[in-house]
Amino acid sequence: MKKISLGDQVSFCYEGETVLDALLRDNIDIPNSCKQGACQSCMVRSLDVEPPVAAQSGLKDVLRKQKHFLACLCYPEQDMAITLSQQPEFFTEGTVMEKRPLNQETLLLTVECKEPLDFYAGQFVNLKRVDGLMRSYSIANSRLHDKKLTFHIRRLAGGRFSEWVHQELLVGDKIAVSDPQGLCYYLPTRFEQNMLLIGTGSGLAPLAGIITEALQQGHTGDIHLFHGSREMDGLYWIEEMLELERQYPNFHYTPCVSRGDSPEGVAVGRANDIALSRLPDLKGWRVFLCGHPEMVNETKRQAYLNGASLKDIYADAFHVASTSLD
Amino acid sequence: MSETPTLTLYDQLGGEAAVNAAVDIFYRKVLSDHRINRFFDNTDMEQQAAKQKAFLTMAFGGPNNYNGTDMRNAHARLVKMGLDNSHFDAVMEHLSGTLQELNVPQELIAQVAAIAESTRSDVLGK
Repeated sequence: MKKISLGDQVSFCYEGETVLDALLRDNIDIPNSCKQGACQSCMVRSLDVEPPVAAQSGLKDVLRKQKHFLACLCYPEQDMAITLSQQPEFFTEGTVMEKRPLNQETLLLTVECKEPLDFYAGQFVNLKRVDGLMRSYSIANSRLHDKKLTFHIRRLAGGRFSEWVHQELLVGDKIAVSDPQGLCYYLPTRFEQNMLLIGTGSGLAPLAGIITEALQQGHTGDIHLFHGSREMDGLYWIEEMLELERQYPNFHYTPCVSRGDSPEGVAVGRANDIALSRLPDLKGWRVFLCGHPEMVNETKRQAYLNGASLKDIYADAFHVASTSLD
Repeated sequence: MSETPTLTLYDQLGGEAAVNAAVDIFYRKVLSDHRINRFFDNTDMEQQAAKQKAFLTMAFGGPNNYNGTDMRNAHARLVKMGLDNSHFDAVMEHLSGTLQELNVPQELIAQVAAIAESTRSDVLGK
């Protein structure tokens, strides 16, 4: 018999019983349907031990890594503490080290954390002001710097948090940094796999973190980045990306603008359209999509139709609290 | 002389690994088909793929707890959007096409098709 702790509640899992059986017997309200590992509606997360491998069958690698498992497939091998939802957030203290413009509307914010952060390149954190106002921002650097984090803060019209960062936040000020979150990140596996990364606006931040991490880890497959904006002045880090391209022969960078004139070397059109027409066969590729929700959803479907497997598509749609993104 | 144990349809097709291979091809065919892909707009792709897997597992004669009422409820919204026999036929076409691509013998394809066909009235709310 194994003990399954869920918050304050303890259920007992007898020999031959799954975690789902035990929870349902105790009338715990847990979503479930097929009871055979297909529908994935009973996915829960272990807070302590690694779940049995068989209970993670069919789950995406990033979910397995974070100890998610299917309650209906889990015959526990030891006592487990589990959660049905994300655990409450923990924050560490950060100090603003630098503020530097990347373009007219986006700045690079560097924050030094008191505690090192155990994150994967591509994940985001919540940044919290003293009064509790909080927004999610992707980490733009690799794991090489686990205390000094960089973020790309795009100023949104009417965006209370981004306005504050741009106008009022000063070097030396304190800001709270949450535990890293999100499932759109790079795992250092299958180094020979080709990768396609498409980002719009400050969607470049997580992608830059992923690319740096992959190149530092020795990823050998081709890495294609398409960064898009409406006009030239929305793009940034062009020189940095071109430099990276000179340094690593397997890294390929295409800046894209959907409107207006573009200098040589900048493609004209939407980044996702250009990427998918240039790379019509994505079978076996790993795909990362960050930025505008519409772009992300549309491209996810198209990347799948171009042959990428769903388990290899990682997406992070930037939903904004502000009403006037454009 | 030893007796050969009879393999179930699911075993003959190759079990879960075969279902996984089939889902990837099948769902891609369905989404690429302009006759029916409007019914899949605004769906979460991961959830949808999981549902396809449950459906194909059932059609492959695998472990399932098929529930006609659930199937009806899940498709009621689509029936209102005009889902009819022609769309069901298109999906059946893709199911056979998928199995042909995976080199499944014709007589097994016929068995899978027969199981899938049995869901027609539930799907169309007839």
